[in-house]
Amino acid sequence: MLLAEVHGSTAAIGYGLAAIGPGIGVGLVFSAYIQSTARQPESSRLTLPFVWIGFAVIEALALFGIAFGFIWAK
Amino acid sequence: MNGQPSILAAEFPPTIQEFFPPSIAPWGGDNPWFTRITLMVWIATAIIIVFFLVAYRNPQMVPTKRQWIAESIYGFGRNSIAKEMIGADGVRFAPYLTSLFLFIFGVNLFAILPGFQISPNSHFAFPAMLATISYVLFNYVGIRKHGLGKYLKMAMVPPAPWYILPLLVPIEFASTFLIRPFSLSVRLFANMFAGHMLLLVFTLGGFAMINANGLLAPVSVLSWLFTIALTFLEFMVIALQAYVFTVLTASYVQGALADEH
Repeated sequence: MLLAEVHGSTAAIGYGLAAIGPGIGVGLVFSAYIQSTARQPESSRLTLPFVWIGFAVIEALALFGIAFGFIWAK
Repeated sequence: MNGQPSILAAEFPPTIQEFFPPSIAPWGGDNPWFTRITLMVWIATAIIIVFFLVAYRNPQMVPTKRQWIAESIYGFGRNSIAKEMIGADGVRFAPYLTSLFLFIFGVNLFAILPGFQISPNSHFAFPAMLATISYVLFNYVGIRKHGLGKYLKMAMVPPAPWYILPLLVPIEFASTFLIRPFSLSVRLFANMFAGHMLLLVFTLGGFAMINANGLLAPVSVLSWLFTIALTFLEFMVIALQAYVFTVLTASYVQGALADEH
């Protein structure tokens, strides 16, 4: 017996859920950079490349979500 | 208000078809090969090659302005990327890494240039090819330095107790040989794809709102202002993605060249 039926794109819901992880992850990366620079300002130049690498690698997961939403869409 | 002809260049919401521009020249038929995308790749490559050739025509000890710009760009690739990630040995990879960085950056720049406004890297073939070249590079360099057996052992067998290895070795194998090229290419592709999609949504959305109801005009203007803000963000993403692709390639080469623990 059909109780309820939902129309629309589950890809949108899926992407919304998929963006939680990378959102927290990117926040962690920049929070770590800000804290480490606050504790030891001379280290900011050393750790800056890792900020960008970390940001891009984590952001890639969020972007997989966008891309796969189109690939798997009906 | 409702009977006015649409002034959209394309329909809202934007679909995948926005990413396949029409052929510029009369040939090609159903499967056009000479589109804006091809033209962009040719222009970007030509500009990079011609700039560096011309800048180094008469190199002098006290550099001219053009020579100084070219040297700064190459110096960035050589010092900040190659030497910093790979070490002193990395200078022999500096030409490839700088070319990679400049190619990706130059080709991506068309995503925000009026007239073109799409990056060829939003077609998966281009990032896939670049990632394949980087993949072959770091594996070949590792195999040539260490020999096939030792390189595979170094790449797949982490220093861990023997009872965990059956779990770790498949993970390391997948991580090094399967996921690396995949993530390199999809990262670049998805960034350019999503950026273009975002700009399309806000631009076409502004037009769609005006077409739906003329009273929404202020909201449309807001939408277009946000497009401008997103364009600046897109520029940052373009530079960052070029940098990250190159730095990750250098990091993989460094991992392949690393000596035993």
